[in-house]
Amino acid sequence: MKKVLLWGGLILFLVVLGVGLYRSQQGQVSVGQPAPEIELTTFDGETYLLSDYRGSVVVINFWASWCESCKPEAKDLQAAYQLYKSRGDVLFLGVDYVDTEPEALAYLEEFGITYPNGPDLRTEISQAFRIRGVPETFIIDQEGIITHLQIGPFRSLEDILATIDPLLD
Amino acid sequence: MPKNSKVFLGFMGLALLLISFFLPALAQGSGPTDDEVNAIARQLYCPVCENIPLDACGTVACEQWRGIIRDKLAEGWTEDQIKEYFVAQYGDRVLAEPPASGFNWLAYLIPILVFVGGLILLGLGFRKWKEEKPVRATSRQSKKGPPLPKADEEYLQRVEQELKERSRSQE
Repeated sequence: MKKVLLWGGLILFLVVLGVGLYRSQQGQVSVGQPAPEIELTTFDGETYLLSDYRGSVVVINFWASWCESCKPEAKDLQAAYQLYKSRGDVLFLGVDYVDTEPEALAYLEEFGITYPNGPDLRTEISQAFRIRGVPETFIIDQEGIITHLQIGPFRSLEDILATIDPLLD
Repeated sequence: MPKNSKVFLGFMGLALLLISFFLPALAQGSGPTDDEVNAIARQLYCPVCENIPLDACGTVACEQWRGIIRDKLAEGWTEDQIKEYFVAQYGDRVLAEPPASGFNWLAYLIPILVFVGGLILLGLGFRKWKEEKPVRATSRQSKKGPPLPKADEEYLQRVEQELKERSRSQE
């Protein structure tokens, strides 16, 4: 009986340790995988459920007001949004990672960003995408599959367009 | 200058001196102190700077968080309310001590289980050692020692008997 208890405890401990290691070693959600389901509530109170946008290309950009390397691409992302806006089949979503609201709103104003942006409440969205930092941008096709993962900022507007255009008719 | 005016000016000067001394203290008294902010900050961890408590973290993000704590304290929020706010905004992982619920229970249970398991193993080991000790002692000591265990006694009797039988057969 004592041996069973000891072995049982040891196996339970190893299982817990294994699960923890597996979770920590899981890599990023990568290109070719389906995008995880997320719900973003914007600073304006609008809600976006990713699965509602099957049939559209979705651009999800993770950023923060304290992130210096997010700034160079902020205007380019807004410019790309303006270019595709009239088509109606490209959705831009900004996810504000571990940030404070006044600073985040000031950042959006500073760079004139008008596409939907919201806080990553309880860091659930960043955990679903298993991001490693900011900025990171995921491009999701009409089938909900990730077709491009940009770690770090886009270098130019052309770079952004080059990842989206091939997905459009 | 009349004497009264001199006295008045003297009092005014003294009053200004006193105000200049106590004004910073009064201004500080109106808002939360750094110690009050840090008392809460050291219980929180920013997900950006892993393993560094918020009170010791020098990044812009952490500075902003400490600013929030200061604002909330100034608004009269309690420590628990502020911690709940951070959990609602950034998740459970901001807490230095995870809430004792769900999977988090393991963080509290495992050390206790390991400790208790270690004590049990030690206890068992000592008991076994204690049981074995007299047996080893009897093999070396004289007849005056404590009685042999039953199994050993039977074995010795059998050996003695066999030795007697052998010596008889040799005669």
